[in-house]
Amino acid sequence: MALDAGGQQRTLKPMHLVWLAALSAVFALWMWGKNVMPWAFKVPRELRIPARTWIGNAMDWLVETATFGLFTFMELTRFISAAVDAPYRAVLSLLSTGFLKGQGSDAVQMLPPLSWVAVIAIVGLIGQYAGGRKLALLVTACFGFIAVFGQWNNAMITLASILIAVPLGTAGGLLLGIAAWRWPVVDAMLRPVLDLMQTVPVFAYLVPILVLFGFGPTAAIIATIIYAMPPMTRITTLALRGVVPEISDLGNMVGCTRRQMVWKVMVPSAMQSLMVGVNQVIMLSLNMVIIASMIGAGGLGYEVLTALRRLDIGTGVEAGFAIVALAVALDRLSQALARRASSHQHAEAASGGLLARHPYTVAAIAVVILTGLLGLALPALQSFPEALLLTTGDFWNEVVKWINVNYFDQLEAVKNALLLNVMIPFKRFLTGLPWAGVAGLLVLSGWSLGGWRLALLTGVLAYLIAVTGQWEKAMITVYLCGISVVLACLIGIPIGMYTASSKRLWTWVEAVIDTLQTLPSFVYLMPAVMLFRVGDFTAMLAIVAYAVSPVIRYTALGLQRVPESLIEAGRANGCTDWQLMTKIRVKLALPEIMLGINQTVMLALSMLVITALVGTRDLGQEVYIALTKADTGRGIVAGLAVAFIAIIADRLITAGAGRLRARFGLSQREASV
Amino acid sequence: MTANPARKATLSLRSVWKLFGEGAGAVLRDTGGNPPPDLLREHAIVAAVRDVSLDVHEGECFVIMGLSGSGKSTLVRCMSRLIEPTAGEIVFNGENLLSVSPQRLIEIRRHQMGMVFQHFALLPHLSVLANVAFPLEVQGVNRVEREKRAREMIELVGLGGREGFYPRELSGGQQQRVGIARSLAVEPGVWFLDEPFSALDPLIRREMQDEFMRLQAVLKKSIVFITHDFDEAIRVADRIAIMKDGAVVQIGSPEHIVMAPADDYVAEFTRNVSKSKVVRVSALMKPLPKRAPAGGYAGDIDAGARIADAAPLFLGASKPLRVTGADGKPIGRLEQSDVVKLMMQG
Ligand SMILES: Nc1ncnc2c1ncn2[C@@H]1O[C@H](COP(=O)(O)OP(=O)(O)O)[C@@H](O)[C@H]1O
Ligand SMILES: [Mg+2]
Repeated sequence: MALDAGGQQRTLKPMHLVWLAALSAVFALWMWGKNVMPWAFKVPRELRIPARTWIGNAMDWLVETATFGLFTFMELTRFISAAVDAPYRAVLSLLSTGFLKGQGSDAVQMLPPLSWVAVIAIVGLIGQYAGGRKLALLVTACFGFIAVFGQWNNAMITLASILIAVPLGTAGGLLLGIAAWRWPVVDAMLRPVLDLMQTVPVFAYLVPILVLFGFGPTAAIIATIIYAMPPMTRITTLALRGVVPEISDLGNMVGCTRRQMVWKVMVPSAMQSLMVGVNQVIMLSLNMVIIASMIGAGGLGYEVLTALRRLDIGTGVEAGFAIVALAVALDRLSQALARRASSHQHAEAASGGLLARHPYTVAAIAVVILTGLLGLALPALQSFPEALLLTTGDFWNEVVKWINVNYFDQLEAVKNALLLNVMIPFKRFLTGLPWAGVAGLLVLSGWSLGGWRLALLTGVLAYLIAVTGQWEKAMITVYLCGISVVLACLIGIPIGMYTASSKRLWTWVEAVIDTLQTLPSFVYLMPAVMLFRVGDFTAMLAIVAYAVSPVIRYTALGLQRVPESLIEAGRANGCTDWQLMTKIRVKLALPEIMLGINQTVMLALSMLVITALVGTRDLGQEVYIALTKADTGRGIVAGLAVAFIAIIADRLITAGAGRLRARFGLSQREASV
Repeated sequence: MTANPARKATLSLRSVWKLFGEGAGAVLRDTGGNPPPDLLREHAIVAAVRDVSLDVHEGECFVIMGLSGSGKSTLVRCMSRLIEPTAGEIVFNGENLLSVSPQRLIEIRRHQMGMVFQHFALLPHLSVLANVAFPLEVQGVNRVEREKRAREMIELVGLGGREGFYPRELSGGQQQRVGIARSLAVEPGVWFLDEPFSALDPLIRREMQDEFMRLQAVLKKSIVFITHDFDEAIRVADRIAIMKDGAVVQIGSPEHIVMAPADDYVAEFTRNVSKSKVVRVSALMKPLPKRAPAGGYAGDIDAGARIADAAPLFLGASKPLRVTGADGKPIGRLEQSDVVKLMMQG
C-alpha cells in the first residue's frame, strides 16, 4: 500500500483537463448564456412530460373503471380495507375504546378496555420474560411515563395500529423474501422496486393510498405495512442466503419437500437474522404510524401534527416525549425478544401445574381479570386519575417564552447571520444554475466515477427531474439537504474522530446515536420549532439532528478499523499525532466515512420531506401539498423526483468510495444492510 | 475384514464428472467426455470431480482421502445428488440414481441414506431429541414412535440424559454425536460422513474415531467416509481412494496403499506412517512348514492383527509365530526377520 502522499503526481492528467473545460463551459453558460440558450435554464414547453396528468389519469382509471372481471379494483381495495379494519377495531377496543354496542353517541360500552394498570403490568411481564428485571423496569417506566403525562389514550391508539401493522408487514416481507430467495426471477423483479421504495419519501406513499383507501386509520395502517415491508423482504432474502450450505444439504438429505425445507429448516435456522428484520419493521412502523397521522392514523402523531399546526409547543413536546418513551420501550422489548428467540436453552424438567409451565401467561391473565374486576369498583385503576396527571405543557410553553425573552436577540442573530450569509446566497446560486449545465456535470461525474452506465443513469434521472417540471424545487431540495449534510459532517466527523480513540467513550456515544436513530423523525421537529419557529433554518436544524448519526458512526468505525501496524509504521517514521490522524487514519478511513456521509444524505432527504410541515419550499412541500389536496399525480411526480436525487447521490458516492478503496488496495466490504 | 472383490456393490460410480462454471456441460460433450485441463482453464471451469469410477461394497468402510480442495465433498455430494454430476453414471442398490424422478429421490434419501456433516449441521432451534428425530418427522412418523427411535439412537452414541439440551449447549464432540445419531435414525443403507471429525480437537477426534469403529463393528453399514487426514483414513478404512485435483489416483486397502503407493503424491502421505501399524500379519505370512520348526513357536497370532501387535510376542527368542485364521486353525507362520525388515522401513 503506497502511503507517500508527497510522491503523488501533480501534473495535469487528461481527466483534469476535461473537468476544467466542462466547468468553464457551465460557468460561461451561467454567466452569459441566459439569452443565447434560454432552454438550458427553463425547460421549453415542447420538451415537458406531463407525467403528473398521466399518473392522475391512471389513478382515476384505477378508481373508476379498472376491473379484474369478477370484481373491480375498488372492490379489491375495499376488501383489503375491511380485512385490515376488523382486527384493528378489535385491538383498538381492547386498548382504548372498550367493546361497544350500537353506533355513534348511542353506543353502550359492553366491556371496558384494558386498564392502564393491566397494560403496564403486561408490558412489564413481557419485559421480565424477555430480558429480566432491568428491562421490566425500563419498559414499565416508559409506559408509566406515558400514563402520568396524560398521553395514554393517544399512545394506545398508536400502539393498536402498530400491533396490526407489524405482524402483517412482517408476514408480507417474509413471504416476499422467501419468494425472492427461491426464484431468481422474483428477486430480479423485486430488487429495483425495493431500491426505489426505500428512497421514495414517505409522504409520497401516502398520496395514492389516501386516494385508494380514503382518510382514516385503515389507510394509515396499509401505508405503514407497505412502508415497513421492503426492509423485511431484503433481510429475509439475505438471512436465507446466509444459512450455511450444510444446513440446506441436511434438509435435502433427510428428504424434505420444498415446503418442509422452507419452514422446518431454512426459516428456523435464519431466525436470528430474521428477528433483526422484525425489530426494523417495528421501528419503521412506529415512525410511519406517526407520520400517517396526516391521513388519519390518529394517536400520538396526530397530537404532534396539530400542535405543530397551532404552534402549541407545550402539547407538541409532551406528545413528542411520549413517542420517545414508546419507541424506546418497543425497541428494547423487540431486541430482547429477538435475543431470546435465538438463544435456545434446555428447561429444567418443567413439571407441575399450569402455573409452573406458563408462569408469565398465567400471571398476565390474572392481572387482566383482577384489574378488570377491581376497576369496576375503583375507577382510578381503570383509567388514570385526572388528579394525578402531570402536565408539562405549560412548563414547556414557559421555557419557550423564557428563552424568547432572554435569548431572542442572540438566537435571532445566529439564525439571520446564517440565513443571510450562507443559506440564501447558496439557494440563489443553485436555483440560478442552468439545468442543462448541472445535468451535464452530473453525467461527467458519473462517467469518471463509474463508467458509461453510471453516466447514463445520472443523466436520465436528472433529465427526468427537469422535464417533469420539478427542477427548481429539486434545486431547493438539494440546497437544504446539501447545507444540512455539510453541517452534519462538520459536527459528526470531529465527534467520530474524537470518540474513535477511546473504547469507553465510544460505547457511550454509540448508545446515544443508537437511541437517536430509533426515534421517529417527527420528534426531531419539536425542539427546533421551539427555538426558531418555522422556516428553512428550523428545517435545517431538524435535518441535521436526524441525519448526523451515520456520519459519526462510520467515521469512528472507519478510524478504528485502520490496521494498527500502519499506525506503528507511521510512528516509526516520525509522524506527529496530527500527521498520523490526517495522513494515515483519516485517509484510510475515507471510504468508510464516505459511506457514512451517503447514509446521512439518505436520511437528510427523508427528513426533508417531513420538514415541509415547518414551511419549506422544496419537493417535500410539493408532496405535502399534494397530500392535503389528494392529488396523486402531483405527489408521485414530486416523490419520484426526491427518489431520483437520492439515487443519483447514492450511486455517485458509492462509486467514489469504491474507487478510493480500490486505490488504497482495501478489500471491498459489503455495505451493511 | 479385508474387502472381498466378489462382494456386492452398494454404490457404483462410473466415469463421474463434475465441472463448475458456465457452459461446463457443453465443453465436456464437445471434447468427447475428456476435456484437456488447458481448455477448462480457458473457459474458467473448475473440474471438481474428474472421471471417477469406484465401487462401495456392502458393509465396508470406504474412505475418500485427499487434500483440501481435491473434490472430496463434491464427490460425496454427487453420490446423493445433492450436487448434480455433469456426466457419468451412479448406481445405488441396482437403481440408476441419475435418472430417478424427484419424488423417488426424496424417497431414497429419506429411507436409504444418512449423512454426517463436517460442521454438524444441527438445527439450532431443536433439542437433541428433536434433532435426532428430525429425519423421521420429515417422513411423517408420529411423535411417540420417532421419539422412541431417537432415544435409542441417543443412547447408542452415549448421549443419554442430554435429550433436552440444545445444540449450542453441547461441546463439539457431543454435537457430532448428535449428528451421527440423527444420520442413523432412519437405518440408512449407505452412510455418508463428510470429514465428520475434522472440526474437533485431536484428542476428541481420536475418541470419536474409536467410537465410530465400535459402532461400525455393530452396525456393519456401507460407508463413504471423507477425510483429509491420512492417519484417520488408515485407522477406519477397509479401502481407501486417494483423490488429487478431482481425480482418484489410487484405490486399495490401507496396507496396499502403504506398501505400494501409486505415485509420489500418495507416497508423500505414507511417508510418516509407521507401516507396522498398518500392515497385517496376513501380508507377511509365510506358508506353514511341512514339519513344525525345531524350537517350536513363540506363540500364536491372528492373521488379521497388525504387525505392531505381533512384534512384542517374539520376546527376543528367534522362534517364529504361528498364524491362525478366523476359525483359530493355524494357516501360516510369521518370521521375525520379516517383521524386523518391515519395521526398519519406518
Ligand atoms: N459451487 C461451487 N462452484 C464453483 N467451484 C466449486 C464449488 N464447490 C466447490 N468448488 C471447487 O471445487 C473444488 C473441490 O471442492 P471440494 O469438493 O469442496 O473439495 P474438498 O472437499 O476436497 O476440500 C475446489 O477447487 C472448489 O473451489
Ligand atoms: Mg470438503
